[in-house]
Amino acid sequence: MSAEFDITETLDVKGASCPMPVVKTKSAIDDLAEGEILEVLATDPGSMSDIDGWASGTDGVELVDQEEGDDVYTHYIRKTE
Amino acid sequence: MSTDTPDATVDDTPSRAELAARVDELEDALAEATDQDDTKKMSIISTKGTLDMAYPPLILASTAAAFDYEVTVFHTFWGLDILHEERSKSLKLSSVGNPNMPVPNAVAALPGMDRVTTKMMEKKIADNDTATIEELIETSLDMGVEFQACQMTIDLMDYDEADFYDGVTTGVGAATALQDMADADIQLLV
Repeated sequence: MSAEFDITETLDVKGASCPMPVVKTKSAIDDLAEGEILEVLATDPGSMSDIDGWASGTDGVELVDQEEGDDVYTHYIRKTE
Repeated sequence: MSTDTPDATVDDTPSRAELAARVDELEDALAEATDQDDTKKMSIISTKGTLDMAYPPLILASTAAAFDYEVTVFHTFWGLDILHEERSKSLKLSSVGNPNMPVPNAVAALPGMDRVTTKMMEKKIADNDTATIEELIETSLDMGVEFQACQMTIDLMDYDEADFYDGVTTGVGAATALQDMADADIQLLV
């Protein structure tokens, strides 16, 4: 989808609603190494605000980008520590 | 002019070495105070056991855990049913007392109506892929949330410790909850 950064893992939380996109993102990011990027595919419109809020309120993660598609919201999160 | 000015020969100015020692001492104290607790904490008191009221504490607990908060949820009175493995799977939605329900209270009070509204809500939850109560509890436990079952309520309701989900803390009371609240950055009563 995006060629600007290397995606290490993709997490598919399509269909899941609050709080699962954030909660599963957290679990998935815990399994990554520093510098790696997680791609999250969600259909929950609230995930745009929630993943953003989670990333800014949590140490060791950085929201790289968010894309709003027709049905799918894609989030890219880098593990920073 | 008066010559009886006070004698100023007593020098109580600390020496350089004394000041340096005092700075070291204060730096150590500061390091200890700040180092001690940079973990964020949340304490929730969960008191209600209807299907709708079981969600907020669990959603907030699992989300706070995702934010690396140390979370404790103290379940008391009807809130204890959320931790009861069997009862948590059949929590009910009350059809009376909620003006947002699609049926008037006079009809809602008829026998069997709670079952109807609960079924309706359960269907909405399933259709919308909203997490079930069981799923939220298991997820929260996996993420390190501490669920506490109020001992007084366990005794009052005549529950057995084995009735609760694995990993639930029993044998705790109000003093434990109060201590958690005092230490927490966020305290909520649900």
